[in-house]
Amino acid sequence: MKIYLKILSFFTPVIALAISFGLTTFILIMIDRDPVETFTLMFDYGTTGKSIVSILNRSIPLYISAVAVAVGFKMGMFNIGVEGQYILGALIAAQVGAVLILPRPLHVLTIFIVAAVVSGIWAGISGYLKVKKGVHEVISTIMLNYIGAGIVAYLLANVFFEKDENNSLKVPQTNYLLESGQLPPLNNILGIEDLPNLNSFIVGAVFVGIFYYWLVWKTSLGFDLRATGLNPVAAKFSGADPNKLIVLAMLISGGIAGLVGMSNLVGYFHRYTIDFPTGLGFAGITVALLGRNHPVGMALGALLISFLERSSQILDLNNIPKEIERIMQGIVILVVVVSYEVVRRYILTQEVKLASRMVDKDE
Amino acid sequence: MNTAINIENISKSFPGVLANDSVSFDITSGTIHAIVGENGAGKSTLMKILYGMQKPDNGILKINGDIAKFQSPKDAISAGIGMVHQHFMLADNLTVWENIVLGIDSSNLSKIKKSKYIPDITDLSKKYSLPIDVNLTIDDLGVGEKQRVEILKVLYRGANILILDEPTAVLVPQEVEELFENLKNLVSQGVTILFISHKLDEVMEIADRISVMRGGQHVGTVSKETASKKILAEMMIGKDLPTPPSRETLISSENCLQLKDLRGEPSLGKIPFEDINLEIKKGEICGIAGVEGNGQRELSEAILGLYPVESGQIFLEDIEITKLSTRERRLTGISFIPEDRQSQGLVVESNLVENIILGKQSSNTYSSKFKNVLFKNASKNSKDVVDNYEVKTPNVQTLALALSGGNQQKFVVGREIDGKPTFLLASQPTRGVDIGAQALIWDKLKEARDMGLGVLLISADLDELLGLSDKLYVIYEGKLVKQLEPTEATPEQLGSYMTGLGI
Amino acid sequence: MSNFLNFIKDNKEKTFFIFILFWLLVIAQIETYSQLTTSGTFAATMRLAIPILLAGLGGIFSERSGVVNIGLEGMMIMGTWFGAWAAWLYGPWWGVAAGIFGGLIFGLIHAIATVSFQVDHIVSGVAINILAAGTARFFSVVAYANESQGGATQSPRISGEISSFSLPFLSGGTFLGNETIDLLRNLEDLNLFFISDISGLLGGLTRDISYLSFIALSLVPICMWVLWSTPFGLQLRSVGEFPVGSESLGINVYLMKYIGVTLSGAFSGLAGAYLVIESSGIYRENQTGGRGFIALASVIFGNWRPTGVLMGSGLFGYADALQLRSEESVHGLLLLISIVLLALSIYLLFNKKSRNGAISLLMAFGFGIWFLNSTSVPNEFVYFTPHITTLVVLSFASQRLRMPKSVGQPYKKGEGG
Repeated sequence: MKIYLKILSFFTPVIALAISFGLTTFILIMIDRDPVETFTLMFDYGTTGKSIVSILNRSIPLYISAVAVAVGFKMGMFNIGVEGQYILGALIAAQVGAVLILPRPLHVLTIFIVAAVVSGIWAGISGYLKVKKGVHEVISTIMLNYIGAGIVAYLLANVFFEKDENNSLKVPQTNYLLESGQLPPLNNILGIEDLPNLNSFIVGAVFVGIFYYWLVWKTSLGFDLRATGLNPVAAKFSGADPNKLIVLAMLISGGIAGLVGMSNLVGYFHRYTIDFPTGLGFAGITVALLGRNHPVGMALGALLISFLERSSQILDLNNIPKEIERIMQGIVILVVVVSYEVVRRYILTQEVKLASRMVDKDE
Repeated sequence: MNTAINIENISKSFPGVLANDSVSFDITSGTIHAIVGENGAGKSTLMKILYGMQKPDNGILKINGDIAKFQSPKDAISAGIGMVHQHFMLADNLTVWENIVLGIDSSNLSKIKKSKYIPDITDLSKKYSLPIDVNLTIDDLGVGEKQRVEILKVLYRGANILILDEPTAVLVPQEVEELFENLKNLVSQGVTILFISHKLDEVMEIADRISVMRGGQHVGTVSKETASKKILAEMMIGKDLPTPPSRETLISSENCLQLKDLRGEPSLGKIPFEDINLEIKKGEICGIAGVEGNGQRELSEAILGLYPVESGQIFLEDIEITKLSTRERRLTGISFIPEDRQSQGLVVESNLVENIILGKQSSNTYSSKFKNVLFKNASKNSKDVVDNYEVKTPNVQTLALALSGGNQQKFVVGREIDGKPTFLLASQPTRGVDIGAQALIWDKLKEARDMGLGVLLISADLDELLGLSDKLYVIYEGKLVKQLEPTEATPEQLGSYMTGLGI
Repeated sequence: MSNFLNFIKDNKEKTFFIFILFWLLVIAQIETYSQLTTSGTFAATMRLAIPILLAGLGGIFSERSGVVNIGLEGMMIMGTWFGAWAAWLYGPWWGVAAGIFGGLIFGLIHAIATVSFQVDHIVSGVAINILAAGTARFFSVVAYANESQGGATQSPRISGEISSFSLPFLSGGTFLGNETIDLLRNLEDLNLFFISDISGLLGGLTRDISYLSFIALSLVPICMWVLWSTPFGLQLRSVGEFPVGSESLGINVYLMKYIGVTLSGAFSGLAGAYLVIESSGIYRENQTGGRGFIALASVIFGNWRPTGVLMGSGLFGYADALQLRSEESVHGLLLLISIVLLALSIYLLFNKKSRNGAISLLMAFGFGIWFLNSTSVPNEFVYFTPHITTLVVLSFASQRLRMPKSVGQPYKKGEGG
């Protein structure tokens, strides 16, 4: 019987996705498009070799962003500020990296550390404001997003810029990272020559996932975090200090957020420009919710969202608005959070019934 | 003289406990009738039946001569019964008059008949001499005033029988005087008052008749003239006390826990405890008896480091720990059995393996050099506790919330005692627990004590206190008012100190 | 003299407020910073404050019924989209109606998720925002694909506009068909200390007011009346305070919450429609720019009261107006901030709060130096003036606030005794 519950819990995302697909089908029919055609096109395109690489590349920052958010979630905190945190971290790290000359491993590592520290401090502001001034972290992190974006824009336009060839125009971008600051693609190592570059920071993403798993489920700090998230009163009685934990959780969450921009920075663009990808912070929230804060779940979620984003690009060529994917994401997230809550409550009630039945049998 | 309420052979049982056992007595109109008894005597169940929140299994209830079959509180309100709860049911951010008229109008967008309500309420408050400014917000009111609002609330809805549940529990002496004045006024207007209380001195002062309940039964009803403190205390606690078992163990001379001149920071104007001086030796169980709400909760939290101490010191094995954090105190060997296991002692959505770690997550048992959680130890220890404490559960992977109350408590007790603590603070350790679990917990406490553990037992269960304690204190209104020898304590002594009579 | 000092002590916040206003007036006399108190600035303030005000009023209904609504932003986005679309096709008032409707639907979704399914309020709000953004994008493509001026991220220009009026005699409005003088404008042009500034304020608020603005502002007293003078409002508030007790008194807790949350959606939708119809004339992606969250902040800062939200949104609107219209004035604000901080540090040091006093003093000097060494504040910083104002205000306001007691807590029917 317990197995049945485990299976139900495992398959809830599938059920939620099915419902979402159903609703999307409905919308497609409403705008006079063939749902079967749509999904087939998406699937076909999304499973080509080129697409798979692209999907993997896209999912790296999504996954890391989700993990950053999940660290907060585990403690009952909402870090909506990953967006502002990661762009600040990436920008500063890009500029620092551009003026350094170090052997590659050290160079790259320094860039990562700078990004994580800057980003962590930015998140720490929210933690501090919550503990000392009672400001809810949702609002403070969101405000800091806008402030962070403003700072980044300012720095790009006035401080970290490059002069163009004529030495007259300011081009808002950081200096180009030297080779030692770049991460080469994995293709050479893996021997997949005829495909586009696979970003080697995927290894970093895996490390982040392992770190997350280890931190939350294996360490005593993680135990404190989870206990506080589940029952703050009992956690307090057991000796956990809620204030310390709040600040720590935000610092760690922000630190991980700093790595969100790294795959793009050292593995692709090699500089920070105004075209640097944004929006990864919010997408991370989607993936964290989708993956229920589980290290593997979030990985699958990241892949799914990336798949949707990539595979929908083909739709425009067939007169189907590719933005259907955007509304799909929204539908998925809403259906998913409702389904998860419903199933969670159901499973808890069943657990209680199950246990009392088993115990009664013994008596 | 009319009879306001006839209670005839009312019985009510819940799984495992007979809360009311053929209770019968009458309440005369226009009098103040008190119902006294310890926790668990059955008073609150009886009141819930009178108020329509529970239905009796057997028996007849008559209100003003008519048989009453209440399906819900609404029916009771229609019959003229109004309940003033111990924990006020008031919306803090709303004003007095808003609270009083809440729910009377159906929800619409017409203008609230403020111009009608406010004068009506003011007239009512004048009629019953319950002075209150109806425009104040509840948040701004003192406790006595809030109570007056609750009384006005039920009077406004037409109640002429008022049930007050432990009304003086939250009042300071001055407010108690005011309340009694109000009650006398109400009675002179024909209102009948049912007054539930522990405090015998107050009951003696205000009640016309007093009914005593014990163990679910109605022991007897006496009138003011024939009552005396002695008689009441005996009725409440009974002539037979459990005889403490003979002790072979020696209490060591080493100090375990010491409290010196401990005084808690005031909260809401009241000092929760002060002048607390206590010495508990190793191998000794020190009991503190008292009715809930006399400072025990704050005192136990202060020992744990969760309630601020204004002055005084705490020593564990002669080392001062007053400034240590909760975590640090846990690590030095303080264990705690909380009175509310579900919110304070367990993370109910986690399994038993994770819950065994609670309280000790940073200790060497469960935290490696690299701060990893040692789940192997946790798994083993949780299995040990389940075995040693007869916790009925399918396995240790079961979520804590799936266990019954008694099993949850056994698990918590096992966790706290098995951790080989230096000092154990047990707060109402067998509350809400079935008899079998209770007996096991008592045995384990005695075992631990015999092995040299120092225990502070805070309880409202007299059987428990007398059966376990080596020495016994009574706490009343935040002070330790008396120390008693468990083997010599008489029921009337205990009862009187607990209720403030102080022989 | 001692009476004066006592007055200050008892009304610390009011005195502080007046102090800031005084120095604002003084600085506004300087030519470069004159925009701080012109009628143009105040007119813009009103136009920019109203979306925040409307969403904030909606937020009050939701929070007072016990449900946190982070999704105000998403509901506002729906208001902008539907407002623009209907206004483009059928005219501005249809835009208003459609905007309200769009926001209302999303409010209903939030209600279903949080009340019936008991999803965590903040999680649901975040999901609503994501869904709204995706919906707006998708609908834009579907609706505007074939329009030359529209596209995935914006709509074509709306057709027509809502007419406006001015107060007669004071602001040049018509009276019985005749043009009248614009007294306030004349006073403003005189450049007299205080008189001209007040005339700027009043003129900005009473000249060329669109009827929609008028409706929006009149919603403030209407909401106050509904919440405090009707049985419905009383029951809504009690549900947010103590749902268990309310249920025992026979109030339908679920229904009250549904209404509160759905109303918040409707208000936010109206806010979005206003933004489009009055300010920009088109729907543009991301045009809400966080205003929904600022609205929530104004609810908190305004102590969950319509008057508080009015003041909060006015403050944020003012900051917004300055950053849009006059970078120089924002520079002037630096001077204001350093003066205020200086006074604050003197006060703190006087009261022996040496650490905070020292920090204030340091910051006062910092701002002063910044002011002196620059001629303008970089426009990237100017852009987030409202957001940083929000943060600062919330940091200092949290002490004396009183939120509805049960806000954010899930409620299951029958939990009552």
